[in-house]
Amino acid sequence: MAERCAVIGVGQTHHKAKREDVSIAGLVREAALRALDDAELTFADIDAVVIGKAPDMFEGNMMPELYLAPALGAVGKPMIRVHTAGSVGGSTSIVAAHLIASGIHKRVLTVAYEKQSDSDAMWALSVPQPFAAPLLAGAGGYFAPHIRAYMRRSGAPDHIGCMVAVKDRQNAMRNPYAHLHLPDIDMKTVQESVMLWDPLHYLEACPSSDGAAAMVLAAEDSLSGRYPPAWVHGMAMRSEPTMFAGRDQVNPRAGRDCSADVYVQAGITDPRAQIDVAEIYVPFSWYEPMWLENLGFCALGDGWKLTEAGATAFDGDIPWNTSGGVLSSNPIGASGMLRFLEVAMQVRGQAGEHQIDGARIALGQAYGGGSQFFSMWVVGSEKP
Amino acid sequence: MSAARAVRPVSVASFAQAQNVRRDDQRNEVEGLLPVIAEAFGAIGITKDDVDFICSGSTDYLVGGPFSFVMALDAVGVWPPRSESHVEMDGAWALYEAWVLLQEGKVDAALVYSFGRSSLGDLNEILTLQLDPYTMAPLWPDIVSLNALQARALIDAGKATEADFAAVASRSRRDALANPKAQVAGDIPVETLLEDEYVVAPLRRHALPPITDGAAAIVLAAGDKATRWSERPAWITGFDHRIETHALGARDLTASPSTAKAGEVAGVAAGPVDLAEIHAPFAHQELIVREALGLDGTVTVNPSGGALAANPIMSAGLIRIGEAASRIAAGQADRAVAHATSGPCLQQNLVCVLEGA
Amino acid sequence: MTAATADERGPVTTLATPIALDFDFTPGVAQSRFLRGLEQGKFMGQRCSVCGKVYVPSRGTCPTDGVPTTEDVELSNSGTVTTFCVVNVPFAGQSIEIPYIAAQVLLDGANLSFMGLIQELPATEVRMGLRVEAVWVPEDELAPSLASVRYFRPNGEPDADYETYKEYL
Repeated sequence: MAERCAVIGVGQTHHKAKREDVSIAGLVREAALRALDDAELTFADIDAVVIGKAPDMFEGNMMPELYLAPALGAVGKPMIRVHTAGSVGGSTSIVAAHLIASGIHKRVLTVAYEKQSDSDAMWALSVPQPFAAPLLAGAGGYFAPHIRAYMRRSGAPDHIGCMVAVKDRQNAMRNPYAHLHLPDIDMKTVQESVMLWDPLHYLEACPSSDGAAAMVLAAEDSLSGRYPPAWVHGMAMRSEPTMFAGRDQVNPRAGRDCSADVYVQAGITDPRAQIDVAEIYVPFSWYEPMWLENLGFCALGDGWKLTEAGATAFDGDIPWNTSGGVLSSNPIGASGMLRFLEVAMQVRGQAGEHQIDGARIALGQAYGGGSQFFSMWVVGSEKP
Repeated sequence: MSAARAVRPVSVASFAQAQNVRRDDQRNEVEGLLPVIAEAFGAIGITKDDVDFICSGSTDYLVGGPFSFVMALDAVGVWPPRSESHVEMDGAWALYEAWVLLQEGKVDAALVYSFGRSSLGDLNEILTLQLDPYTMAPLWPDIVSLNALQARALIDAGKATEADFAAVASRSRRDALANPKAQVAGDIPVETLLEDEYVVAPLRRHALPPITDGAAAIVLAAGDKATRWSERPAWITGFDHRIETHALGARDLTASPSTAKAGEVAGVAAGPVDLAEIHAPFAHQELIVREALGLDGTVTVNPSGGALAANPIMSAGLIRIGEAASRIAAGQADRAVAHATSGPCLQQNLVCVLEGA
Repeated sequence: MTAATADERGPVTTLATPIALDFDFTPGVAQSRFLRGLEQGKFMGQRCSVCGKVYVPSRGTCPTDGVPTTEDVELSNSGTVTTFCVVNVPFAGQSIEIPYIAAQVLLDGANLSFMGLIQELPATEVRMGLRVEAVWVPEDELAPSLASVRYFRPNGEPDADYETYKEYL
């Protein structure tokens, strides 16, 4: 029988364009020590370590768990390295949670990171492949055509993306760990920023960040920590192929199936009514309305209307990405874990300036690849 | 580790591997993997729709481009969308992740696969990138040389001789004659092997693994499926893995405490061991792992020929589990130990104990 | 606390380690057929025997059925722009002058679009549904490489109706 699992400690780094003050080991350790401190534990209390990051080529270090084992107190313990593209931070959290749910371990440390400044991430994503046209200009070049397709399908007006870009950056002002702090951002500055991948403006895209996230997960009989536990009410992963005939890249079935699975586990039948706060992987502004529809917060084609009406704003009825989200901090491998971690902070009541009062049920979501890998969890303040 | 936890019986229901070759010039990764997965399913008469979870192991650096595992999914056909995960590790750890999920009792079957073509680049250089990127990798100490340091340490400690390494290689290549998937096989006596030139002293040619393109797949099953899909299930009764520090200078390279610990948690010593499949890419490493697992001379070691007969990176560990399970399923053994390793000089080790009915 | 960086030269913040690795790829059986087609100035795809969909280029398997694709299909030189973006961002290794149009082109007879460069039309006039044709390098320069296709340009036909390609978005 599956055991209950809870988040009892969270930690993250200050995300920046370049963290030249720390090595990769120093970066992950910074997040891990904060998570341990939050859980009032030390490395000695940890049974196993699960680490995740996006492609190794981002740092030029192959299978970095080998090098990072001592920095994360993993020596003599099991250590697993997860890689599921952009969703990896979420799936890493889920792999760690299963180590608790299966009853194998009592306390697991899970860490995710990216130190993008250690290499050229844009290059790593666009390595010339011998049998493909050299047209792909990073992730934005991949996703922009799908955003255009969403706009065509839904009839969304052009300014919706810019609204998301402004909202998430304003939220980031409440989050001391966020990479981007842009106090003066408004619709005009976003709309006047360079059109990088038409229809995407520069300020509608995520930054490139160095950063790490960490959580301590524990079994019901091994709780500790400075805040109440965040209980895992449901978790799921779904994948679909990158390219196939008739694939819906705007509203991928893997995302819909994944949320359906996690909602059943968590007893959610009306996401908009039952979920108090959500941290959703929105690396490009338009993915907010797209994921609103994909995650069942509204009917198909209505996502942009929720954004436009302010429903996802800090004071809206379904605040999304009150931390500032991926648009404000994007240490790729850690970006998914930050979503999972931020919702744990919300239901534990430790989110400070970006805390939503009384948050009890929260959804964290991450996606990756060509919108084909999804990982999600629902956490709650009450025991499931 | 909660010693009291009851292990849910999970069996290795099916195992398949590609023909191990120096270089497969015809097929890309997906084309090489596809028949292997089809064989793993076909052998027990199931399809992709019969498994609840899929997990794979591979590394981007073998192909020099990001997201190599993504396209590999096309060999499975994950539609409708499937619950799926990937580790940037040997497939043996992908198997561990799937086994953990099956322990919860919510799902009963999983497909695990791994793939890797070592022939595309210079493997010795590529594996150097596993080292500490600040203090070791910039020196480009190639992996063969690091393993030679380990072999030298064994000799200097009086634990083994070059003849012992040659004996491991001679036996492995001879056993490989009976393995149709092996890449390197032959009946060559120790004395002849000792005439080989040194590649990096004290390692002679025979003590090194071949460069291999390969892939492997395993189907895990629990509950009814385990007994329905196998006449004689190979049950996983113990499973653990441990990592050591990365700093070679801080390790006793002649021992493998991580293997010993994993073996202890997996319960290797809880019963007699009939055979062991040890993932020892370099001949001397078999001696270290045997000692760490407490295996005496009565144990048949690497009847498949082991990694010295075929060393498909990212699959060689998973194949050890498959080989051990196959022999249990065939009634050739009642209790077997499979081992997988990762990192320079046996830094990380996994131990899986398998038992027949 | 300052002991660790007491050295007046300050901490070392960056260490450059150039890494160069060479790889010798294998396109595989299916992609070889595609590349041999390009060498002859034509697009060769493959049909899945289970779902009947035509993939170009095929990677040798049907992504949804997980079976080998074996039936060769020669495709049209013309297709439809299903969607696109205007790339205005420079990156290392880029070989095309910005801004350029990276479009998803659905060749007539295929069931999956692939990324192609659009030229001979101002960027502002590229649109979803635009009908295009491949422009090849001169015959003596044809090679088993995507470089054989210089780009796609409007073929003069009226735009495709949204209904005809919306399932490929």
